[in-house]
Amino acid sequence: MNVWDWSFAAQILPALLDGLRITLIATVLGSLIAFVLGLVLAILGRGPTPVRIVVRAIVEFIRSTPLLVQVYFLFFVLPTFGVVLPALTVGVLALGVHYATYTSEVYRAGIDAVPRGQWEATTALSLPRMRVWTGVVLPQAIPRVLPALGNYVISMFKETPLLIGIGVYDIVGQVREVGGQSFRYVEAYTLAGLLFLLLSYPASLAVRRLERRSAVPR
Amino acid sequence: MPSLDKTVAEPMIVFDGVEKRFGDNVVLSELSFTVAPGEHVCLIGPSGSGKTTILRLLMTLEKCDGGTISVAGQSLSHMTHNGRRVPADEKHVRDVRKRIGMVFQQFNLFPNMTVRGNLIEAPTRVLGMSKDEANARATELLDLVGLGDRIDSHPTQLSGGQQQRVAIARALAMRPDVLLLDEVTSALDPELVAGVLKLLRDIGSSTDITFLCVTHEMGFARDFSDRVMMFDGGRVIEDAAPEKLFTAPEHERTQAFLHAVVDR
Amino acid sequence: MDNLGTFLSVLSQGLPFTIIATVGGILLTIVLSFVAGLALLSSSKTVRVISRIYVEGLRGTSEVVQLFWIFFALPVLVGFQIVPIWAGILVLGLNHGAYGAEIVRGAVQSVPRAQVEGAIALNLTPGQRMRRVVLPQAVVEMMPPFNNLFIQLLKSTSLLSFVSINEITRQAQQVLVPRFNPQAFEIFLLLLVMYLILSLVITAIMRTLERVAAARVGRRPSARSRRQATGAGVA
Repeated sequence: MNVWDWSFAAQILPALLDGLRITLIATVLGSLIAFVLGLVLAILGRGPTPVRIVVRAIVEFIRSTPLLVQVYFLFFVLPTFGVVLPALTVGVLALGVHYATYTSEVYRAGIDAVPRGQWEATTALSLPRMRVWTGVVLPQAIPRVLPALGNYVISMFKETPLLIGIGVYDIVGQVREVGGQSFRYVEAYTLAGLLFLLLSYPASLAVRRLERRSAVPR
Repeated sequence: MPSLDKTVAEPMIVFDGVEKRFGDNVVLSELSFTVAPGEHVCLIGPSGSGKTTILRLLMTLEKCDGGTISVAGQSLSHMTHNGRRVPADEKHVRDVRKRIGMVFQQFNLFPNMTVRGNLIEAPTRVLGMSKDEANARATELLDLVGLGDRIDSHPTQLSGGQQQRVAIARALAMRPDVLLLDEVTSALDPELVAGVLKLLRDIGSSTDITFLCVTHEMGFARDFSDRVMMFDGGRVIEDAAPEKLFTAPEHERTQAFLHAVVDR
Repeated sequence: MDNLGTFLSVLSQGLPFTIIATVGGILLTIVLSFVAGLALLSSSKTVRVISRIYVEGLRGTSEVVQLFWIFFALPVLVGFQIVPIWAGILVLGLNHGAYGAEIVRGAVQSVPRAQVEGAIALNLTPGQRMRRVVLPQAVVEMMPPFNNLFIQLLKSTSLLSFVSINEITRQAQQVLVPRFNPQAFEIFLLLLVMYLILSLVITAIMRTLERVAAARVGRRPSARSRRQATGAGVA
């Protein structure tokens, strides 16, 4: 038995690409949740002290514990409250919430980097609160944090395979399936790894270029 | 190896047709000069005229783009191997560099070591001195610079003037033949400048070290040096004894520069 | 909450595996971070390229894929199966070492050029400059990002439940949930709290080490580093 069989590799590639589609869907939807929820957390984090403390505690708790356990938590706990969702939906929710705690820190740094004078000017003009955020602060903060957000999308993409824990048939799920049927794991897992590299490496190069072009708060 | 007599006879520092560019910017062009053993030479001139680059080239912190620099008859960039002139290797560079010490504008003390650590590090590790010997020398040098009681302090606990004194002691601990001083008082508060300059004058008069200094302190340049070189646009435009250069400068750029500096 | 004692004792049975994987993974991460990080700064192009391939290769592929590759593909290639916990430590170390290499490289480069010049002026060798002057200062800068990386590694140990290592996540998901399904909420909350405590322990140790390292270079830890040292994602 050869270690590497090209025709077998070619044969399983369509199944892997099909799995990759699921991985990408989960990443895109998860990122959207992370972008929106992270912004909400960042803005709440600037609210009155009790709100700030609660938000901070939740963010720290989620960041300090494994995504996989949070996936299981939603998957097994939601049904006990009568909420039964498809596995992929649960996975997207968990990814989104987990990464929202990361993106909230990114937004926070971006908002902190908006000069004090900008806030003072909005006060001087008596701008309504909503307009302060949408018209002045966020348009300055968000472009600066785009590279950091991009990095988290790439991170999430690479973490998505842990959704096989709840039976989401993404790329790694497909690999287990085809590898398990034929007991040929080398081609399957090597191809899966290469597919990740093929997508994430150019993406991270692109983010690095974006980083160099804009001054990014760390 | 040249004989001892010959070493004394030949210049300590030789710049011969030295070129240095940063990108398209020519910092030094066709620069040639010599410094005799034990001579004190100050380089003066407007900022960006290439003075500091000369010290950095000598200390091998920069590489020159043309020409040769020699110290005590040995080239910094080339060595003789089997009778042929070949590019210098690390060992050759280290051998030549052993003769040279440097004091920096920003002191460059190591914050991860105490004052003692800064002073014994190179003597023990580069010269192979014993710890006892290096410590004795460190104590002696700190007394000389007036900081005998601060041997176990951290550099961050010292004032700028004290840090610069430690940096001077650290350079002297290596027993250099040549000492390069790169605007050593520029980063100090005005009231600390005089003390450091006095220390340097004392060292200059009590040792036979060859000094090459870049300075903006015209008073110091005048009474410390045997020779002053006025730099502008990467060239030596005037090279004379201080009495002559400061009282009757020949070049009009020198006159303008001195006028501007003294007026301030 | 009657079954709390049972939950605790079943989860605790997995604790040794979680801790061994974390500590082993951290040790391997430190070694690989320094080797690969210094290699990224090597003057030899070959060394730099090899290290770059390791760093980008491991950062570019998914950790879950790496785990399965080592468990299922590697045995086919080498002809024997590695003891699971060792294979787990290997994956954790290889993966996080690639991120750590960038931390080491960045910290070494953040040491002011003037410090290296001071060392050259004293004629220290390149090795002495790195060991005696640059690294002691760089280590202080490395502490907060390494704290984040180690917490990331602790969280990654939960992935080992996929390859039959009976660490705490597997204990919860394979042993407790099937028997006490209606109490999934309590089981997983308890599990999450255990991870939280472990990550707090890592942060406490790293903060202490950072203080020691900072004192050695005559500094206090900066406000920035204190804020960063609270477990964040690695991109």
